[in-house]
This record gives sequence, structure tokens and C-alpha cells, in this order.
Amino acid sequence: MSYRLPLLLFFILSISATGLKAEDGLLRWAADAESGAPYVFQDPRLPTRLIGYEVDIINAISKELGLEPEFVQNQWDGLIPGLERDDYDIAINGLEITSDRQQVVNFSIPYYLTFEQLVVRKDEERINTLADCVGKKAGTLKGSLAERILRAKGGIDVRTYDSEVNSYADLKNGRLDAVLIDEPVAKYYAGWNDELKLVGQPIGEVTYGIVVSKSKPKLLAKVNRALSKLITSGRLREILETWNMWNYSMAIYLNDKTESNILPKRYTEFLQSQGMEVTFSDLMNRYIGFLPSLGKAAITTLELSVISMIIAIVLGLFLALTRVYAPKPFSMLAILYIEIIRGTPLLIQLFFIFYALPQIGIKLSPFVAAVIGLGMNYAAYEAENYRAGLFSVPRGQMEAAISLGMSRRSALRHIVIPQAVRLVIPPITNDFISLLKDSSLVSVITMVELTKVYGQLSSTYYDYIGPGIIVAAIYLLIGIPFVKLSKMAERRFSVDKRKMV
Amino acid sequence: MNCLEILDSGTINIAGITLNRRPVKGKVKRDFNNKVKAIRKRVGMPFQGFERTPSLDEDFQIKAHTLRSRVGMLFQSLNLFPNLTVLENITKAPIIVKGISKSDAIDSAMKILDKVGMAAFTERYPHELSGGQSQRVAIARALAMNPQVMLYDEPTSALDPELVEEITEIMHTLHDEGMTQIIVTHAMKFAKSASDTIVYMEQGQIVESGTPFEIFNNPEDSRTRRYLKIVEE
Repeated sequence: MSYRLPLLLFFILSISATGLKAEDGLLRWAADAESGAPYVFQDPRLPTRLIGYEVDIINAISKELGLEPEFVQNQWDGLIPGLERDDYDIAINGLEITSDRQQVVNFSIPYYLTFEQLVVRKDEERINTLADCVGKKAGTLKGSLAERILRAKGGIDVRTYDSEVNSYADLKNGRLDAVLIDEPVAKYYAGWNDELKLVGQPIGEVTYGIVVSKSKPKLLAKVNRALSKLITSGRLREILETWNMWNYSMAIYLNDKTESNILPKRYTEFLQSQGMEVTFSDLMNRYIGFLPSLGKAAITTLELSVISMIIAIVLGLFLALTRVYAPKPFSMLAILYIEIIRGTPLLIQLFFIFYALPQIGIKLSPFVAAVIGLGMNYAAYEAENYRAGLFSVPRGQMEAAISLGMSRRSALRHIVIPQAVRLVIPPITNDFISLLKDSSLVSVITMVELTKVYGQLSSTYYDYIGPGIIVAAIYLLIGIPFVKLSKMAERRFSVDKRKMV
Repeated sequence: MNCLEILDSGTINIAGITLNRRPVKGKVKRDFNNKVKAIRKRVGMPFQGFERTPSLDEDFQIKAHTLRSRVGMLFQSLNLFPNLTVLENITKAPIIVKGISKSDAIDSAMKILDKVGMAAFTERYPHELSGGQSQRVAIARALAMNPQVMLYDEPTSALDPELVEEITEIMHTLHDEGMTQIIVTHAMKFAKSASDTIVYMEQGQIVESGTPFEIFNNPEDSRTRRYLKIVEE
């Protein structure tokens, strides 16, 4: 085996790992850009730009602290675990201050107070309160305070979602009877909708705070100081008012009962973008506007898949040879590896590498963790492909090579493996295509790849069809060159079969 | 006792019978599997799939390797490398095992191919060859390692009668050049015409040995007589 390839890989991985270190002068903040309006979302007019009242708050805090804000994407339910990995300094994304969260992380002073809002279909007469939801299907965001309120009520069939847009969509098409989500979400996604209505009294108390790791008390103090300054200077109220979010709870909290005189400019803009009649050329222009972010994501997907596959092919060959030819303890280890990796979900393996390993001091960058997770997983499958290939080479080939004085090693390398490779090219190509699509799973460990961008774009525009077709086409296009390549390789290796046809 | 020894003088000791170099030696065999196993065991060859050579100590492994480098083997199933051309089939082992240069390997391969009458087929692949051509390439492949002894495992079993003639001719050519050759066969006529010495074996044990004339005309052992009788009928 050549040792150059693994070395090269290691080199690439170590470079990308070092690119992760925190730099001074930056305030690295995390949110899920798929979380939607009015928190952190893509500007419908320019999808590469992030907007939202939380973006405005972070910009104001950064300015106070003299730091440059740097956005880090993470899944909403991974925001708090991710803090422990130190990929970012703070997280802000409608994270409610709750006692169990306070056990793992520190919260800043509240920056927004609100409540949970019940939303139903326009023609719904039965549901007006939380109690009316008993025996019905109610949806909410996964891991939110609203979910706990629904579950605590008992007797409600609770359905959880990753994106509020999807929960309202399911409410409209009848899969749900009610949706309970934080009031700003209801205002931005259901309030203006002809098919939905907001009903009932405010439910519960929701208090948002900025999350800081417990290991950074100094940073927490700084954030709190900056936040207080925004409150006293009236900047926080100004931000909230432009987003039409100033409410009674906030007026009491900040002890500021004066009349509002700022127009909710950002809210109006959002409504316009949602209610807009979109002509075909508008739509085309919008889709063309997607291309930069999709292109970037496609490159990430491609890099992930190719490097993971190289790891899988090299490690898989090693595993197969160990399993078939090594003495018992080693071959047993190879079997154990293959069975464990093949028999457990890739998603759990990724979480394990990304969140569990740092606890024993192994902290990998998202990219490296993704590549290692995918590579190690697919290596198990490739090993079995190789094994099938090795067994399909008649044993007489090995015997003939040995009778000619070759060692087992060179017989394998020069005679058996070249013949096995030819046979495993089609299944390996198959696995690569499958890996290409499985790479979408790594969005759970903060990687922004094609499927994640699809989620962001479609939730921003509430358009699942157009971006869906574009993203599907990109996956297809990425795969085609590799299918061609494998056909060429197959022809190259199958020289003895070619003329028989 | 089950051992094959090749002394530097070229004298061969097989299963306790010492042979001087050069006789073309035929072995009449029954009980095919035992015999193949016996012969494979002697050269340290695994005989069950991917299983590692069983119960052979390291000392024997090394001996076996040295032994193999002096013995050329023609398999019943030939086992040509299907992904390599005729020329590559022959040059591969010398290049890898002996470390000689590619051009040297090609030079000597061409000489051997010429000897077996296959010089015109260098760029063909094994699947493009007939049975007899494949067999000659397989012999050439073994000869390329300059063995002192050639072992043939049922060389005539898959051949037409006229091709048997061709193989016998090649064997005689090698014989004239001083090659010791051991043939495992059931084909009595072939054994009679090709060999100097015949060893009759049953159940992995030697029953009797002698010149073809002795074995065919005046077999001492009753088992040899019985077998010859069966074959004649």
C-alpha cells in the first residue's frame, strides 16, 4: 500500500482543523438561520444576507464591546451543546431562560419577554384555550418551552418540528389542529395569513437570554454590561419597535411606558416580501440570487463527499484485508468494527464524534468531524465490498502467484487486489452516490451543506418546490462525473472482459 | 517421510526415493485429492481456500519458500492471470520476486515463449487463447522463474489427444535441456511415453516404482496389477 495518500489526507485535515481557532477581536455568535423571522433569517431580497432583530442586537452588542461579529451556523437544538465545543462564544436564537438550561450554561439578562401564542385554522371553532387542545393534535418547535407546556398539560397529541414554517403548513393542511409557538413567530408567520388565526390569552412566560458558556464568566459580564447599555440608551426598544415586537411585558420589564413613535419598518418589509405577487421573472431572478449560496454549499458537499470517500476506500481496503488475511485477534477486531459501525445510525456516530469526543479532549472542527464520521461509516461498507471482491477472485490465482515464488503480500498486491478492484468498482460507485446524499446529515454538526441551504432558502420564502428542484438537480450534477469516471475505470480494469462482449 | 528435497547437485529426494537429475518422472495416481494435497503440502501450498497454510512451523515456511523458488508448478486449472497479457503473465513474477528489470524480463520471456511456440501471442489475454495455447503459456510462466524441477498436475486432463502430443514434445525439449520433471497423471499411455521413472501411489503412499517397462510389463505389487488391469479394460 502506498503511504502517501493517508499522509496527504492527514495534512489536509490538520490544515482545516487549525483554521478553527478563535481569533481576537471577534465575537463569534451562533444561531440557526433556518429558524426564520423575526429572529435570524435570510433577507428575502438578498438571500446571502442575514437579518432579524437578534442580528440587530448582536451587532449593537459587538459595537459596544468593540468586537467584530462573526456568525456561526448551528442547528437550533445543537446551539447549547455546541457552546461546550467552543466553536463560538455566545448563542442567541430565542433560547428561553429555563432552570434546567441554567444548569449547563449561563444566561445573560433577558433581552426579550414574550409568551406562547395559540394558532388555529380560521374555521376552527372548538379551540380557544390550551385546555381545548386535549385530545387534539398540536404542533410546536422541538425542544422549546411551548413543547414542555403542551406535554405538561397531558392528553395532547404533541407533534414537534424543526421549523415553524412546517408546523403552520401542517396546520393549514389539517395534519394539526393547533400550533403553540412563541408569539413573535405567530405574528410573523400566522398573523397575516388568511387561513390561520391567533386565539386565546397569552400562555406562559417566555424570557429570552443570550447563552454563554459557564467557563467564560468574564464574557458573560461583558455581554450583560453591553446589554444594559442598550437598554438604558433606548437602543433595544428601538430595535424591537422596528420589528414590531415592543409589547406590554417589555414595557413593564424595562419600566418604560412611553408612547411608541417608531414605525415598524422591518415588520412591514417582511409582510411585503411575503404577500408579494411574484411574477415568473421575479421568481427566476430570485432563483438566480440563490446560486451563490447554493454554489458554496455544493462545493462543501463535494469536498465532504470526496474526502470521506477516499478515507472510506483506503480504510475499507485495510479492514477487508485484515478481516480476510490477518491472524485471528486482528481479524476479529476488523469484524467487530464493521459490525458496530454498520449496525449503528450514522447520525449517532456523528453526534458522538462531535459532542462526546471533546469531553475526553479530542476536539475536531466540524469539517474534520464530518469527514471522519462519514469516512469511518462508509469504510465498513467498502470493507464488505472489497471482501466480496477478494472472494470472487479464484483461489487458484493466489496459489499460482505463490508457486511463482511471490510472497502472500506481493501476491495480494500484484495479482489478487487488481482483479478484486475491477469487481468492486460498481458497488463503490453506488456507495459514493449514496454518500453524496448522506452528507446532508452533517448539518446536525453545524456544517452548512446543500440540504441545509435548501432548508434555509425554502423556509425564508416558504417555497419548497423551486429550491427543491434546483438542489436535487445540483446533487444529480455532482454525481454524474463520478459515475462517468467509474465507467472509465471499469473499462480500464476489465480489459479481459471487454473483448468477450 | 513425506518430503521433497532438492540437493544442489540436482539430485532429488522425493518421499524417500532418491532420483538423479534428468529423468522424466511420471507418477501414476489414484485417489486424486489425497495426491494433490500431498504434493501441495510438500511445497507448502495452502489447499483450502483462503485458509492459511496449516500446522507448518516457521522453519518449514522458510524452507517451503526456498523450495518453491526452485520448483515450477503447472496447475491442472492453469490459473493464468486473466487481467494480464501473455507477456505480463510471464514477466510479472521475475520482476517482483527476482527484482530484475522489465526489459531483461521481457528478453528472457521472449526466449521462453519462442521455445513453447507462443512468441506470436505476447499481447493476447488468457481468454483469447485456446486450451493448448493457455497450457503452453502456463508452462512458460513457470519456466521464467528458472526452476530446477517442474511439477505438472494432470497436464493432459483437459486436452485433445493431438494437444497431448504437443505437450509431450515440450516436455521432451525441456528434458533434453536437463530439466527434471514430475508429472501427476491418470493417463497411462501418456505416463508410459513421457517418463523415465514411474512411481505408483495409492492413498498418499508409494506402492511401487520403476522404469515404465518394469511397471507396465512386470508390476510387482498386486495393487499396481489391479489398477493396470482396470485401466486396460
